[in-house]
Amino acid sequence: MKQMKPVDVVIAGGGWTGLAMARELTARTALSVLVLERGPDRKFADYAANMDEVDYGIRKRMMQNIAEETITHRHTLRDTAAPVRQYGGILPGTGVGGSGEHWTGYAERHTPDDFHLATALREKWGAARLPDALSVQDYPLRYEDLEPYYWRVEQLMGVGGKAGNLKGKIVDGGNPFEGPRSHEFPNPPHRKTYPMALFEQASRELGYHPYTAAAATLTETYTNPDGITRGACQYCGYCMLYGCMVGAKSQPTNTLMPVLKRKSTFTLRANSWVKRVIHRDGKAEGVVYMDENGEEVLQPAAIVVLASFTPNNTRLLLLSKIGTAYDPLTGKGSLGKNFSHTVGGGGTSLALSKPLNGFMFAGGQSMRISDFNGFQGIPADSGVLRGGISNTAGGNLRPIGSFGRIPAGESARNWGSEWKKAAVKYFDKIAMIGVFEMDHLAYKHNYMDLDPTYTDKWGDPLLRITVDWTEHEQKQRAFAAEVTGKIAQQAAKTSGARVIGSERGGRASRRYQTAEYATTHVQGGAIMGTTSENSVVNSWLQHWHVPNLWVIGASSFPQNSSSHPTLTSVALTLRAADALIERYLKKPGALA
Amino acid sequence: MRRREFLTLPAKGVGGLLIYTLAGEPVRVNAQEGSLKIPLKFFTEHEARTVMAASERILPADESGPGATEANVVVYIDRQLAGPYGRDKFRYTKAPWIESVPEHGYQGKETPRELYRAGVVRLGQDFAQLAASEQDKRLMEIEKTYFFQMLRTHTIEGFLCDPLHGGNAGMIGWQMIGFPGPLMGYREEVEKHGVPFQRKPKSLSQVYGRPVKGWEEEPA
Repeated sequence: MKQMKPVDVVIAGGGWTGLAMARELTARTALSVLVLERGPDRKFADYAANMDEVDYGIRKRMMQNIAEETITHRHTLRDTAAPVRQYGGILPGTGVGGSGEHWTGYAERHTPDDFHLATALREKWGAARLPDALSVQDYPLRYEDLEPYYWRVEQLMGVGGKAGNLKGKIVDGGNPFEGPRSHEFPNPPHRKTYPMALFEQASRELGYHPYTAAAATLTETYTNPDGITRGACQYCGYCMLYGCMVGAKSQPTNTLMPVLKRKSTFTLRANSWVKRVIHRDGKAEGVVYMDENGEEVLQPAAIVVLASFTPNNTRLLLLSKIGTAYDPLTGKGSLGKNFSHTVGGGGTSLALSKPLNGFMFAGGQSMRISDFNGFQGIPADSGVLRGGISNTAGGNLRPIGSFGRIPAGESARNWGSEWKKAAVKYFDKIAMIGVFEMDHLAYKHNYMDLDPTYTDKWGDPLLRITVDWTEHEQKQRAFAAEVTGKIAQQAAKTSGARVIGSERGGRASRRYQTAEYATTHVQGGAIMGTTSENSVVNSWLQHWHVPNLWVIGASSFPQNSSSHPTLTSVALTLRAADALIERYLKKPGALA
Repeated sequence: MRRREFLTLPAKGVGGLLIYTLAGEPVRVNAQEGSLKIPLKFFTEHEARTVMAASERILPADESGPGATEANVVVYIDRQLAGPYGRDKFRYTKAPWIESVPEHGYQGKETPRELYRAGVVRLGQDFAQLAASEQDKRLMEIEKTYFFQMLRTHTIEGFLCDPLHGGNAGMIGWQMIGFPGPLMGYREEVEKHGVPFQRKPKSLSQVYGRPVKGWEEEPA
């Protein structure tokens, strides 16, 4: 095996968390930092001509090549898992910047009770009303502990929005149900599309509290504390699944790489696929990776940081035999437990008589209400334990992807002249109102381990995910559909639009599926907690048994929150970096 | 080495400019004279004519505007199948191949190229010559197959893709649905609610100012 010169820190994965960690280490210490990124060395200039729906929207050109590695999925312990053969439910990016290049840019904080959810659920509903299979855990930190880091990430990315709770004072126009902020947003909120304006008015008339989503797509030209200047969003409509051609969407390549490139202690090695963490006697010694020529390479390092895409952090630990794999039958072991996704759906569609110009939009541009988020507004008899955020996005109109959205009854078949006429007529006339994103609670039976059959291009076992929706998620979706139905009816009254259907039912929402896109927001597997029995990493994302190993990213979330994971992932990374730099380096060992 | 196959079409049947009558009916003008001889990269000429006829039934020319033939949908499909997508270069193709639940999507071993080869045979040697109603009957027989779903999806893609992929000739599909192409921005327009935005569409190459190649043309 080829052996490289030792470095102080090796980071597996060059996405948001890996590069944010590299930025902290290279700015504040003299340590040599090497980032190994599996994909190509993406650059800002690569995005100048990527506004092509076929290559990027449909063939998913920015994602990992699924031919080389995928995940397998089964619904229950009794089933045989099948590989996800073509992209569907989740879309892991590759290349420098990772999924942070093609993300949509929603930049929300968790709410305070997300951090002590297990306690909050017991207090709110009583232990007797909670399903036996629930395995929700508290974070080992409070919202207040993370608030300063949230503020740092918001400045780094230039997040736009309007505070609803400024130091405990409720401010009109923002989200009154959010946790207290120490500062107003660095940038103003997004402009409003037609569906956003309809949703805002209708929900206000119903007594709710609409606000514009926090977004990392710049609403104005902005210079961040690192001195990086980026231009304002132009609402071109090529955001999610695309890299930003003007640099308005905050991506690691336009936000972190310009700073890192100036550091002599920073090295980035692209096309380097990390396979194992090498360790002995509770100490990590480096990593083994495959280089661009397919040659196996040993990279010794004093500190190892795993910052790959969420499920792959768990997979690397399993392949490296670090920690005890979770057993869903006995509840023993912590590695791989508490896989969670997001419970989406419940939107209601409206047909409008006027054009929506739905092709004009930005990622993260959305009008929302949190009146049913967390425990807000949940009736005691609904059986719903946690709600979510109701969301009317910009437009998301795609020539190919949106063609064929027609009201039921317009055409007997989904092809032919009758269908085509309806598809043309309604192409830019359908607005999806209020789509919910709800907390996906953690359950004992939703977890990750290594697949016994299928392997990646090197012959290593794939990660197997066992997950299905429970009765609770059906109740959440039904409740969401009821709420958005009301808002859509109200919007129809004032705008002359017609309510044409809801996302209430369907087979797809009853059983977990991997064929159609859901969201890339998957969490868990290497979760943070209070003890080595209930978690894989401590509050500072340091491995319980291997103190010079850090596992960062949404793999550390004990469960999903209705708010998107990126901002929290990066905030937790900055907090971990503080602990690493200020405490671990001074006294290497387990941080108490 | 395969024999070179061409698809020869009357040029006035492809592309063109859409104008709307006072009654709102689209009329195609400005189509070219002469004929187009299109080199095929995957299909034989007979296969291309069968796929062309089938995609025309999925998106037929009618009073709502032009159809799949005028947009050159078959050229789009031919290029996609010739490229890495057609050969499943971006699909997990390791054994064992198992039957699974519908929630796991297509689990078959056949590549898009193989599915088309077999699908065209199933439509029949004479498919392109049949009356439209007969063609519809045959398509209804295979409506539930994965091949048909793929053909339907590819027809929409070829109708509304950026012209760099060979379909949407003359941006006729975009003209029909009122999509202006990948313009760089609408910062000043985004808040003009309900106001129609009508522009002659621009392709990615026109916006970028240089030719842009599709993924299907890059060496695998």
